[in-house]
Amino acid sequence: MSNPILDIRDLHIALPPHADRPFAVQGLDLSIERDEIVCVVGESGSGKSLTGRAVMRLLPGPHVRATKGVIQFGGEDLLQVSEARMRSIRGARIAMIFQEPMTALNPLMTIGEQIDELVRIHRREPASKRRERARDILDDVGLPDPAKMLDAYPHEMSGGQRQRAMIAMALILEPELIIADEPTTALDVTTQAQILRLLKELQAKHHTGVLYITHDFGVVADIADRVVVMHNGLQVESGVADEVLNRPQEAYTRKLIAAVPSLTPGQRQAYDENDTALETQDLRKTFHTGGGLFGIGGRQVDAVRDVSIRLYRGTTLGVVGESGSGKSTLARLIVRLLEADSGSIMLDGQDQRALGRAELRKFRKRVQMVFQDPFGSLNPRYRVGRLISEGMIIHGTSTSEARRRTAELLELVGLETSAAGRFPHEFSGGQRQRIGLARALALDPEILVADEPVSALDVSVQAQVLKLLDDVRDRFGLSMLFITHDLRVAAQICDHIAVMSKGEVVEYEPTSRLFADPRHSYTRELLGSVPGRDWVVPDLT
Amino acid sequence: MTKSHKRLLFIAKRALYGIPVILGIVIVNFLLLQLMEGDAVDALAGEAASATPEYMAQLRERFGLDQPIYVQLFAYVRNVVMLDLGYSFRHDMPVLDLIMTRLGPTMLLMTTTLFIAIVMGIVLGLLAATGLNTWRDTIISILALVSYATPLFWVGLMLVLLFSVRLGWLPTSGMETIGAGYTGLERALDIARHMVMPVIALSLFYMAAFTRLMRASMLEQANMDYVTTARAKGLTERRIVWGHVLRNAVLPVVTMGGVQIANMLGGSVIIESVFGWPGLGLLAFEALFARDLNLLLGIFLLAACMVVVANLVIDIIYTFLDPRIELK
Repeated sequence: MSNPILDIRDLHIALPPHADRPFAVQGLDLSIERDEIVCVVGESGSGKSLTGRAVMRLLPGPHVRATKGVIQFGGEDLLQVSEARMRSIRGARIAMIFQEPMTALNPLMTIGEQIDELVRIHRREPASKRRERARDILDDVGLPDPAKMLDAYPHEMSGGQRQRAMIAMALILEPELIIADEPTTALDVTTQAQILRLLKELQAKHHTGVLYITHDFGVVADIADRVVVMHNGLQVESGVADEVLNRPQEAYTRKLIAAVPSLTPGQRQAYDENDTALETQDLRKTFHTGGGLFGIGGRQVDAVRDVSIRLYRGTTLGVVGESGSGKSTLARLIVRLLEADSGSIMLDGQDQRALGRAELRKFRKRVQMVFQDPFGSLNPRYRVGRLISEGMIIHGTSTSEARRRTAELLELVGLETSAAGRFPHEFSGGQRQRIGLARALALDPEILVADEPVSALDVSVQAQVLKLLDDVRDRFGLSMLFITHDLRVAAQICDHIAVMSKGEVVEYEPTSRLFADPRHSYTRELLGSVPGRDWVVPDLT
Repeated sequence: MTKSHKRLLFIAKRALYGIPVILGIVIVNFLLLQLMEGDAVDALAGEAASATPEYMAQLRERFGLDQPIYVQLFAYVRNVVMLDLGYSFRHDMPVLDLIMTRLGPTMLLMTTTLFIAIVMGIVLGLLAATGLNTWRDTIISILALVSYATPLFWVGLMLVLLFSVRLGWLPTSGMETIGAGYTGLERALDIARHMVMPVIALSLFYMAAFTRLMRASMLEQANMDYVTTARAKGLTERRIVWGHVLRNAVLPVVTMGGVQIANMLGGSVIIESVFGWPGLGLLAFEALFARDLNLLLGIFLLAACMVVVANLVIDIIYTFLDPRIELK
């Protein structure tokens, strides 16, 4: 540890006067060597992102600002240098990659223009040379047809391509340090695996130092040389990646790592192979988009193609796939929020698609849904009690009985009964997901359809909600359809898994068999892309 | 297919979509005016003050007003398609000719107003947003609020009172000095002098609307991630505003510009009445009180065409401003 390129000492970042704590970051020490990837890992609100911003002096001022400490970079304290000096460092010597490549790029400028702008302000070079340089770097990050990509607009590229373009922009001036703020969080797992590989490759080639900010221990296991764990603005633990991941010392780190779901499927209970709760046969849904008058010239997307799956009573069936695979559409077809074009949904040997209006209402009671977004899925103007009891009252329960049941349900999902009188915004994301679950359970359903119920939650909260879902399923004898993109989560909670790709189920197996012996090439690719797949989560209990 | 080919096809398609829209408006307009009490024969008879019921029935038969409504409607639509908008008995002229003579002045007034309102709105909004919470922002915001809240006719009257009556700098009404016989540049300057006050009065309100929209749009865009990216590249704030934020922020203002064209026709009725500007607004105002239904229908039709064309123009401008618009 001789000559770090970045050396942060005793960094304090103040929050506005009325925030829940005085400092976003307090007393952080962190250094990065040349040719080294340091991961800053923590849950939301830990101060990890602001640390990255502070190095670039891009804190959302005027109230959030670094009030104490030193950020040494190339012999200067970045907290002290002039704004003009800082501008000459940004982009040229320290570059940044952001989480959401769609919004981080200007939608009205081509990739070429956006890269060129960066080179133009830092280097005096003729336009032809700059263009050549840009083309080379796009080639380096593995974008197809780089000359054409220069003239592409961000919306014309896929998410992975956009992130590659961002990385190209970060690397083009060969900075000494790259700050990557959750650069793969918005991407699908196969794309994420490619981007991580690319980042590591290019970092090694250019001997760049990387400050990598993430919440995902799997990613940490894949790329980190050293790790800094943050919690509530404090540095909890830091050290070599292997030490922190496999032999964490601090209680908080141990708790976080223990919450990471293992890729090894757990033991599941036995079930009756003759007792089917729900079955779909050749379910199909095609969406028509665009097109002018009379729909001429529009496009067709087969969102769900001839999907036949079976959910056994008392079990959990995971539907796994990447964005656009049709897994959420399938969930909506089954709950009948969308109407399928053809095929059948069998419940108790009866096709539910043939139901009339009155019967459909009874069906709704039996199949309930838990949504992904804990913020958007609860009406902000309703009190929690009303949110939960509304369904019961519609289905004929008396008000007093509904109130009593609501209190029971709140306790069941681990909330105070007094929560009934409060509004959704007073709760955290995890608590809101519990409210969403209570709402779904209020109608005593037989089948619970959960669409990515934990993907918006921090890892420790995620573990709690997953456990709750599992408990509730056993207690009420529910059957659950669990939609997820996260194979770690699926491994822990599902009895069977259906892998979806481009609207089709490509593989459908009991969980343990799928993980032990994946048959389809796409399943293998998916399993091979799980971040930290080679890291065996240590048993810390 | 190249991009410019695609754009031409896109424009042609959009223009084609305008036809059923206008046809629909023609029918709705016709039916709406049927709801109005009285017809042209009542109006004529009322003026002549000596018409017998037999004579009125005869007139109705001659004008085809005794036919069932659907027959009248069909005849009307057929005439409109042949560009025959009927005859204005009040002005003793074919409606089409009459409208055409009045279209020029109104277009002159409206395009000048719209241009000034949009350009000034964008500039003021930009100035306010870049100096957020400084005296500059405060003054612009207050001015915008006051202009937004002041009625058009009052502004017009006050301008006349100040610049014409008190100071005598500008003519009170009309489009040019009648009987002066100016030609060429002299005539243009004369018209310009007459235009100053109507344009100011009409543009003040729209400028205020565009200023407020532009300011809000700038502030919204300034919080976007790509602005942070631009900062992380080492760009100066000036470059970020001019190179990145401005173009994105202008988009909603352009959209609003298209919507406001329809509103501005309404505004021009008031302003043309106040300043005696010989345009469509004034004509519509007169036609309404004279129960000149043919003329009124003609003006409505033209207004509908103008809105459709304005929207088409906005769509075309958008294809240049925003690459995300699909040309299909």
